[in-house]
Amino acid sequence: MSDNKKQWLSTVYMKAKEKFSERKSLFATSSGSKVEPIYGPEDLHSWNYHEKLGFPGEYPFTRGIQPTMYRGRLWTMRQYAGFGDAAESNARFKYLISQGQTGISVAFDLPTQIGYDSDDEYVEGEVGKVGVAISSLADMEALTKDLPLDQVTTSMTINATGGMLLAMYAAAAKKQGVSLDKIGGTIQNDILKEYIARGTYIFPAKQSLRLLTDQMSWCFTNAPRFNTISISGYHMREAGCTAAQEVAFTIANAIQYSDAAIEAGLNFDEFASQFSFFWACHSVFFEEVAKFRAAKRIWAKIAKEKYGSQSPRAQMLRFHTQTGGATLTAQQVDNNVVRTAYQGLSAVLGGTQSLHTNSRDEALAIPTEESAQLALRTQQVLAYETGVADVIDPLAGSYYIESLTDSLEKEITSYLDKIADMGGSLAAIEQGYQQREIQESAYIMQKQIEEKSKIVVGVNDFINENDPPVKVFRVDPSIGKKRVQQMKELHKIRDLDSVTKNLNELKIAAEGTTNLMPFLISSFESYATIGEVCSVLRQVWGEYQENVTL
Amino acid sequence: MKLNQAVKVLIAKPGLDGHDRGAKVVARSLRDAGMEVIYTGIRQTPKMIAETALQEDVNVVGLSILSGAHLEIFPKIIKEMEDRDININEVLLFCGGIIPDEDVERVKKMGFHGVFGPGSDTRDIIKFINDFFS
Repeated sequence: MSDNKKQWLSTVYMKAKEKFSERKSLFATSSGSKVEPIYGPEDLHSWNYHEKLGFPGEYPFTRGIQPTMYRGRLWTMRQYAGFGDAAESNARFKYLISQGQTGISVAFDLPTQIGYDSDDEYVEGEVGKVGVAISSLADMEALTKDLPLDQVTTSMTINATGGMLLAMYAAAAKKQGVSLDKIGGTIQNDILKEYIARGTYIFPAKQSLRLLTDQMSWCFTNAPRFNTISISGYHMREAGCTAAQEVAFTIANAIQYSDAAIEAGLNFDEFASQFSFFWACHSVFFEEVAKFRAAKRIWAKIAKEKYGSQSPRAQMLRFHTQTGGATLTAQQVDNNVVRTAYQGLSAVLGGTQSLHTNSRDEALAIPTEESAQLALRTQQVLAYETGVADVIDPLAGSYYIESLTDSLEKEITSYLDKIADMGGSLAAIEQGYQQREIQESAYIMQKQIEEKSKIVVGVNDFINENDPPVKVFRVDPSIGKKRVQQMKELHKIRDLDSVTKNLNELKIAAEGTTNLMPFLISSFESYATIGEVCSVLRQVWGEYQENVTL
Repeated sequence: MKLNQAVKVLIAKPGLDGHDRGAKVVARSLRDAGMEVIYTGIRQTPKMIAETALQEDVNVVGLSILSGAHLEIFPKIIKEMEDRDININEVLLFCGGIIPDEDVERVKKMGFHGVFGPGSDTRDIIKFINDFFS
């Protein structure tokens, strides 16, 4: 009989290992930390329950941000959707709601994301492809038609033009007769990660941060149910970084936003109460669960220790999770359903507030209606059949989970220290630090796949020679022409004098320091387009230039 | 076609999407394989790509796009290259990203010799280029 882990490892385990060697020379997490054969009480030697975990709904929120978690209310099933024109997307949202989805999540096309109208020559071929095209309030009205904006919460994946879409949404709500204090949802609005990984930036950092803090202060007074930012690790993870880097770079961005908001005169406990976070969940199961738990603990500590927060709401890391798009394979697409189910389970065991499960065909195109339904059903099976939602933080106390949570916390904190030494997240981005770290991790992973030290089922092992063709969704190719026509009609019906007057006022406001939100709202109410609004701001503010790293 | 110097490759990202993971991994793999690689960064217009190809006098142009706009944008890039008297039979064109199966033939007809979608092995891309120039 062994007395402790060390003794067991050096005798019993070693002997067996000599006889039957291990499958790999090194077992490791995605972040490269060594994974031992077993974990035991020795690994949690000085571990203190109250300090590390506490109870759900209490600091440091490791076990969950609400006392009842999923026993009270299940996570929000929020499938990201949008394509074509506003009317088509509106129909898809209504379909998803009829299927039991509990919140809507809007994907915008790239022209909308970077501030060009659908009829701009520069964006030909891109209109309505990866999301819905919204160029003016008329489109926003069509997008939200018959959706009661005082009841539905809306998440919008929009960043550089987040303020513009929020202004249009508010204007649409007003037209529905809904008062602004009743509208709720989340705008992604995380421009720093656009500079690092996602790429839909427009303006330089200083002006982008001003646009953000204007929205924070406007929402706090006018639309307090809106989360003004969803600080996102998802896209950096998709671009190739590890779980630890994902959390570190995201929290470093959260610190940068907090500093900017404080500098703009806002109060941490007020604006941080409207922060939400957005994580990926990839396939290394326990690491993902531990990642979510570590992130909650780290943010709570930073809120309290760095910013002196007194408000539990500002200390809790509320988060949305999406399964890993980059883990989907174009080969043997049905395998993606299985991957997504495991990934979704890790997000739920990590205590997510809302979840998007990817569809099986998303390595090939945006999903078909059948695939989107299956993805939603995957969450419903998880929620209603498996029983995993019945106990709060059920993996707590596992020697491995707690060791991994601690070691991830340590690794994340050391990245955070490094970024702080570089002068903060923005300074590090300007030096290309996060970009290079992400590229390096992506490159290493690619080589691991090619050398087969990392197996991707159906891609580098267990290959089928003849994969049956997959029927993919295609956006109606006439969408570009249709949108040009819709824009022509808009230009005919609006009052150009009113548009010009509002855009002039916006320009003056942008040159100064007043809050831009009222000016954006009145511009859109006069049916100015997103292209016109962004063109005014481009003139005043200039544009961000990519720091190309390789 | 045989070259006297290292193969010179332009990796470019046309279209508006910012998904540069694949482009960067490919660029670095080709560089590690001894090729001279120029990477443009994202949001390159057809004119910008053709102009860089001309100025840098490249042997290979690899385009990565994930926004679904390839059928609209690729012909424009080829036209801009031809307008600059670049002989697209002498420059090896290939592409990657999200190109649905049913579009592969059309893209090949435009002049792209290789289409490398998700799950491609960079060693296959290296071999594809080396075979062309041997």
